Amino acid sequence: MVLKVFFPSCCSSAESGILVGRWLSEQSSAVILAVVHFPFIPFQVKQYLSEVQRVTKVSVSVLGSWSNSKQEKEENLSKFLEDLGTIFSHEPWIQISKEGDSKFWSCSTFQKHSNNPKEEVILVYYDQRKVMLSHLHPPLDTATSTDQETDDASKLSAIFHTVAKSKMLFMTDRYNDGPIKLTHWQSDGAEASIIVELMKQASVPACMLLAFLLSLVSGICRSRVLKFWPLSFLWRKLSTCEQLGHRLQHLQVISSNKKAQTQTQLMRKANIFVSLLIDVALGILLMSWLYRKNRIGHLADTLIPVADHVAEELQDLLQWLMGAPAGLKMNRALDQVLGRFFLYHIHLWISYIHLMSPFIEMILWYVGLSACLGLTVALCILSDIIALLTFHIYCFYVYGARLYCLKIYGLSSLWRLFRGKKWNVLRQRVDSCSYDLDQLFIGTLLFTILLFLLPTTALYYLVFALLRLLVVIVQGLIHLLVDLIDSLPLYSILLRLCRSYRLAAGVKFRVLEQQDGKPLRLLMQINPLSYGSVVETYRLPTYSCYPKDSWTSLCKKLFLGELIYPWKHKGEKQD
Amino acid sequence: EERRYRSASGGPIALRARQHSASCRELAVRCPRLQLRSLSAVTSAVWLAAYGLFVLSQNSMVLSAAIFITLIGLIIYLHFVKIDQESLLVIGSLGIQVTSSYASGKESTTFIEMGRVKDVVINEAIHMQKVIYYLCILLQDPGDPQGVSEVVPLFQSSKPRLDCLIEVYKSCQEILEQRKTAPPSN
Repeated sequence: MVLKVFFPSCCSSAESGILVGRWLSEQSSAVILAVVHFPFIPFQVKQYLSEVQRVTKVSVSVLGSWSNSKQEKEENLSKFLEDLGTIFSHEPWIQISKEGDSKFWSCSTFQKHSNNPKEEVILVYYDQRKVMLSHLHPPLDTATSTDQETDDASKLSAIFHTVAKSKMLFMTDRYNDGPIKLTHWQSDGAEASIIVELMKQASVPACMLLAFLLSLVSGICRSRVLKFWPLSFLWRKLSTCEQLGHRLQHLQVISSNKKAQTQTQLMRKANIFVSLLIDVALGILLMSWLYRKNRIGHLADTLIPVADHVAEELQDLLQWLMGAPAGLKMNRALDQVLGRFFLYHIHLWISYIHLMSPFIEMILWYVGLSACLGLTVALCILSDIIALLTFHIYCFYVYGARLYCLKIYGLSSLWRLFRGKKWNVLRQRVDSCSYDLDQLFIGTLLFTILLFLLPTTALYYLVFALLRLLVVIVQGLIHLLVDLIDSLPLYSILLRLCRSYRLAAGVKFRVLEQQDGKPLRLLMQINPLSYGSVVETYRLPTYSCYPKDSWTSLCKKLFLGELIYPWKHKGEKQD
Repeated sequence: EERRYRSASGGPIALRARQHSASCRELAVRCPRLQLRSLSAVTSAVWLAAYGLFVLSQNSMVLSAAIFITLIGLIIYLHFVKIDQESLLVIGSLGIQVTSSYASGKESTTFIEMGRVKDVVINEAIHMQKVIYYLCILLQDPGDPQGVSEVVPLFQSSKPRLDCLIEVYKSCQEILEQRKTAPPSN
């Protein structure tokens, strides 16, 4: 099989020495991690490597020799290097030699026990730091939950895993006074940023404080006082409370003092943190815009006229329905009854609004302050205000729907009576039944009455259902926006933009200049994940689920007059 | 080095095969470039329509909107739609790399490891009103040794005809044969 040598590009100009790394026998590949320079004592090298192996659980060993001769070829050096193969016994013993500044190196293998003919060698250069920091995302169909240690089905993930786990090897730099002198990507000394270190130190007490405050807040929320019936009903219906609860959960995740174990957990924490930060920043921006030039006062002033205007439009609509709407002839008596009933309802609503009007400005002023908790909270409050202002439309829809629903059920049951059938509740099917004459007579009478009153109720129901759907659509759009802000993984997207090698979908190879007789030279680069896959992999879960009803079942429900609740939240019991 | 063929729709394409080493080959198919004729035709059509609208409505925003749309449309077309070259790099015992280069210089690469590749075959497909041949890579199903989990079609934008595909097929099979004859390492 072809021998593949993965050589770090940082070691290209290293002095002569021996190559240290991991040998993957099933793929016939050697992953070189570092170069150990002369002079060294073989016993100490072996001791150091076994210690590294114990800590990192990666089987590191001496793989071969590396000679970088600046002058002409030195004959005795090559013999010396071959002899090293007998001290560090490794099958096959790889010898790479570079002459002067030539790009084309010669690579040969030396096998003691087998007499294989000269096999081909492929030299693959890789950027050690990038491969170490990168996280390989397997394609979705091969993503299984097997442990990374054993059973590396993907060969590339074995290589990434080797380099990532060997962090301890990269800790010794050239300024260490040890017996071993290594060259790798960090051999010039580890770099760190003071700001990052300070933030790491400061984050521990900050997290503890935050966790304490959150436990207080959640304790209050869970106390018995708030569980009484009217309040608990209110909390469930208002979407602002849902959103606040969701954000509280997020804060609890961030402030937990357990370190993130896996990459996914770390990314999730980072995404939640950045999302919260951006949310609060946008909320404060919105708040400052609202309170400058007293815009919130103007908003409060226009709220009552808008509510009045909506009520007037509804009254006009009802007057139109009470006349001859669209040329249809309605049943005068039923029309007048329904119309007057709804008109009186609107009159009550207007009176309540006018009762509340002196307090509106103050309430709105204080409620607007809560926008500093985040833009999502502000949007949820807007959605709740819309729901409260259009409460009469909701009531009308419920009345119309119930009336229509009763009518439809009555009609279907009486139609079955016409045909001599009956609904058998025990067996949940339609059975034949013999009716008495007086039953048939009354049934027919009722059927006729209901049938001729159907157009009137149907029209009222249609008009109010359309209005209700309009309000539902507006609320739905706002919730869609809130969900988008909640679930977008901003940190992952920024990472993909700025440090694209951290999120790898795979690798790509580039063929470098070749020379006859020398091994094939390839450059391995990291192929970053596409933005779509980044969003899909790291999306934050939200609390609402999208309309579960398909279009057909929605239409069926509308036709039968059943109440529709298209936006159901997770955790709510089905109605 | 470069040989001329025709694509399935009749346009001229060129195949370039390079052998880097005994087990590494690169096969690149170059698609016909963007024609100046079609570009000017589309631009003039859009601007004539915009001028007609301007004469009707006397609103100069229509003209600037048309220029804007043409520019944005051209950029989107060059960056996301127009593929200049599609290439296949087969490295025995490492894998197969498929690259598409767009007219704006963007390159989109996919690398499939040799362990996942079952075979490279020429298939037939019904495309619009024609039946065309296309080259594809069959991926191994990890659970079932005889099964195929996915089919990756190659050269989708240039759609070479059968003669070109046979050349590419022969090249690939020579390298894929090596992995069967070479004894697995212990």
